[in-house]
Amino acid sequence: MFEEYLSLFIRAVFVENLALAFFLGMCTFLAISKKVETAFGLGVAVIVILALTVPINNLVLHNFLDEGALAWTGIAALETVDLRFLGLMCYIGLIAASVQILEMVLDKYVPALYNALGVFLPLITVNCAILGGSLFMVERNYDFGESVVFGFGGGVGWALAIVLLAAIREKLKYSDVPHGLRGLGIVFLITGLMSLGFMSFAGVQL
Amino acid sequence: MSEHKPREVLLAPIFANNPIALQILGICSALAITTKMSTTVTMCIAVIFVMTFSNFFVSLIRNIIPSNIRIIVQMTIITALVILVDQVLQAFAFQLSRELSVFVGLIITNCIVMGRAEAFAMQNPPLISAVDGFGNALGYSVVLLIVGFCRELFGSGSLFGVQIMPLSTEGGWYVANGLMLLPPSAFFLIAGFIWVLRTFRTEQVESEEFEIGPNTRVSPAF
Repeated sequence: MFEEYLSLFIRAVFVENLALAFFLGMCTFLAISKKVETAFGLGVAVIVILALTVPINNLVLHNFLDEGALAWTGIAALETVDLRFLGLMCYIGLIAASVQILEMVLDKYVPALYNALGVFLPLITVNCAILGGSLFMVERNYDFGESVVFGFGGGVGWALAIVLLAAIREKLKYSDVPHGLRGLGIVFLITGLMSLGFMSFAGVQL
Repeated sequence: MSEHKPREVLLAPIFANNPIALQILGICSALAITTKMSTTVTMCIAVIFVMTFSNFFVSLIRNIIPSNIRIIVQMTIITALVILVDQVLQAFAFQLSRELSVFVGLIITNCIVMGRAEAFAMQNPPLISAVDGFGNALGYSVVLLIVGFCRELFGSGSLFGVQIMPLSTEGGWYVANGLMLLPPSAFFLIAGFIWVLRTFRTEQVESEEFEIGPNTRVSPAF
């Protein structure tokens, strides 16, 4: 049991890295990786939101949307209802709502963390990595325990990637890059090289 | 209200103001599905459809959306359109929808769609907004198609599944470049695309944050 979860975690962080293997959350990944500090803040926010929303969406899928999931209501008419086509709408709504709630909770109880993450929280709603995490959970039929591990691991992997990229970009300021490649171009190249590096984790099994 | 010429609105995003190359928008869901032309084209059509109509509908109701919940309203419209595309794909092209897996759903969080709805459709009348959505989706498709073309042609020697260059594994002459089928190649191709684009359009080159001074160290005399 434990080994299974550990293996899933390792896979989510390294082998199937959301940013470098599936290109998820690229917009924010490239735009907000100029400084290690901000990248770290965003990374932590992504970990928290992913670890929250993937399990929540898992519960929603298994208790409301799946075929026959509404049987617990005891209403005969609902027992065969298949609401999976509403999935996308529910997931994105839940993600937006949990981001909003987390923002309010942090503002009230942990103002220090709120100030650190403040700017990034609303941005996260439209981060593809978050929705992607939930969609992968649906596609791979994770149960509740697995979805917790996958959500957390996916977040850690994404955060790791963006902090690494930010660190490289900070050093890159001092290098002489060809004119046309400056800025966006060279960042793409670096991300490609990092992605190559992460591919060497492929096949790692515990 | 500012005047927009339909022609300009349609053509500007393709090279002059390309959403991927210049604005770094919408790369998220794009790169993973460019290993084959068939999935690339499907994705392009889906994005063109969603963007044109989301811009149109957002613009239609732009005057009655309360500004503090506008993001949710835009999101709902976009999600509804994406669900439509997803269901149609599952019904008529099940194999393709399998291959695209989660990436159709991820059009929702594609920043170009939201970005154009927010930046253009909220301020302009419906028809010109639809043109703007179409143009931006085209600009996005151009990049995707170039990447998809290179990756399938060099990665597996075929286009749309039709063998163009016979592979050496099947007795032909072309040794497939396996790197092209792996995720990193997409980044390299886009970097190359940006480089070429900016060589011809020098105004897009990003300015340096600071200049590197000339080397003033006195070279030791040997």
